Amino acid sequence: MDFSFSDEQQILKQTVREFAEKEILPVRQELDEKEEFSYEITQKMFDMGFFGIVIPEEYGGMGMDYLSYILVVEELARVDGCQAATIAAGNSLGTAPVYYYGNEKQRKEFLPQLLSSKLWGFGLTEPNAGSDAGGTQTTATQKDGKWVLNGSKIFITNASTNITLGSTIQTLTGKRKDGKKEYTCFLVKQDRPGYKAVPMHKKMTWRSSNTSEIYLDDVEVSDEDMLGKRGEGFHQMLESLDNGRLAIAAMGVGGAQGAFEAAFKYSQERNQFGRPISKFQVNSFKLADMATEIEAARNLLYKACWLRDNGKPFSKEAAMSKLYASEVMKKVTHEAVQLYGGYGLMEEYPVAKFYRDQRLLEIGEGTSEIQRMVIQRKLEL
Amino acid sequence: MNILVFVKRVPDTESKIRIDQQSNSIIKEGLNFIISPYDEYAMEEALRLKEAQGGKVTAVSVGTKENQVILKKCLAMGADEATLIKDDAGETYDSLRVAKLLAQAVKQKFTEPHLLLFGKQSVGADNAQVPSMVAELLGMPQANVVTKLEIEGNKGTAYREIEGASEKVSFSLPAVVSAQKGLNEPRYETLKGIMMAKRKQIPELSLQDLGMKEEDLSPQLEVVRMDAPPPRKAGKVVEDEPPQAAKKLVEFLCQEAKII
Repeated sequence: MDFSFSDEQQILKQTVREFAEKEILPVRQELDEKEEFSYEITQKMFDMGFFGIVIPEEYGGMGMDYLSYILVVEELARVDGCQAATIAAGNSLGTAPVYYYGNEKQRKEFLPQLLSSKLWGFGLTEPNAGSDAGGTQTTATQKDGKWVLNGSKIFITNASTNITLGSTIQTLTGKRKDGKKEYTCFLVKQDRPGYKAVPMHKKMTWRSSNTSEIYLDDVEVSDEDMLGKRGEGFHQMLESLDNGRLAIAAMGVGGAQGAFEAAFKYSQERNQFGRPISKFQVNSFKLADMATEIEAARNLLYKACWLRDNGKPFSKEAAMSKLYASEVMKKVTHEAVQLYGGYGLMEEYPVAKFYRDQRLLEIGEGTSEIQRMVIQRKLEL
Repeated sequence: MNILVFVKRVPDTESKIRIDQQSNSIIKEGLNFIISPYDEYAMEEALRLKEAQGGKVTAVSVGTKENQVILKKCLAMGADEATLIKDDAGETYDSLRVAKLLAQAVKQKFTEPHLLLFGKQSVGADNAQVPSMVAELLGMPQANVVTKLEIEGNKGTAYREIEGASEKVSFSLPAVVSAQKGLNEPRYETLKGIMMAKRKQIPELSLQDLGMKEEDLSPQLEVVRMDAPPPRKAGKVVEDEPPQAAKKLVEFLCQEAKII
């Protein structure tokens, strides 16, 4: 077993950490308070090469391994889950499906833009199809050699910014031969007539990331806009979520680390009963547990990445990793707020935001309940 | 313009340093190592000069194989080449040893450099001697602790930070310049840069390659003892009504602290 990072991974981790601390940290609270998506930071992240980290260089990507991608997300989430979310969604759900399932023409058309300056959404979830993704109601019907899309999508990250180019839309295209529903994905540009993407506001979590509703009202697309083949949509979405889970786990590990570091520092500075509160065993044990669980979550995540990077099955470990890291961050942010006491309840201090941003991780890209379903299925109960 | 930048691998400035009293050295286990921050300013300045005027930037480091990481970092920032002068002696705190190695390498292996850039000092050892020693050994003009640098043709102008003022010096090239904080804001390595650096080879030079023997580098300095700085004493709080407190404070500053 070799737990050491390559030279490149070390350099990467350090440069992302510096970037996050210098470019994001100073504006983190303000963006969160204003519920504002930062175009400036997003462009800087494009310039750093944070979009398309695992896409091969011949398509303008960075050609790095999956662990490198995960390190980027982890380091961003250590400072701000919202910017990490833009990157996690940008890579796992934006560029990845276009690269993995798109044809040469689609790759050449979209990837150069999606790696340098444009965002792309992943339209799976619907108002009536959350955990039950098979309940998709958006339809694509054939009419005069075209496909006509109708329906709506909800909670779609990166789908309604000024720099969004469009979204991958999963639709119901009829029934398969075996009688089951047939799903097909389309790459839909947002300038199509009848396509409307609207930002969702008043969020409790991930407030400076872009979350959207998409309305499709007789949107016409052609066979050329189909992603992969007809009927492959469900599989494409599930596979994308397998990959995406690793990035959500990275947000859990990074976010927990950020909250832990804040609480660790604060507990040494805060005096009560004549000494730093870190000197009380009840608190030092808390910190010991936090550090232990973060390390365990990190190791599980890196192991899952190692499996993926070595071409081995990883979907069970990805689900375990997402589940565990989300719940570790829950516990860590809970205790971090506890260590901060009354100040932990104030937005002026950093732990409140970590506490709120954690909440999404148990819900997005498959709830914790769905992760447990995936895991128990893999255990072949 | 041909620019050489000399970089050192040092413990992360954020790490907690522990000392091994037996070997009079710091305990390396568990430490994170980085490029010395002042060297990063030097590297950034070299890249900016190259971007403005063309030329080649080469990063050079003395040390063990572990220094590869900081040299790769320099390549990722945009250096064209990097060379490791392999010296397994580790941290000797002997500035002259390093300066001799560097001067010899410049003479033997790097053709006609125009500018030799250093950080003003390494963090950790903090001797601030190597740049001046290399300049002396090579007979080059030097400008140290520089916060602004201009190069025009064969002439250089540097603004040096000195006590309470800034000093403007001009010199001819080739020259040695050492960078102070404020010279520039170093760039981040982009992911593209990191991947490009991965493909580059970092040649190694041994003492033999430089035509040197261990005797040529006999130690000029011995570390006799190393101690952690004493913990800071607790501050004094003057408690009283403002007029009386001011009086007590002045008394303290004059008589006890003897600052005024």
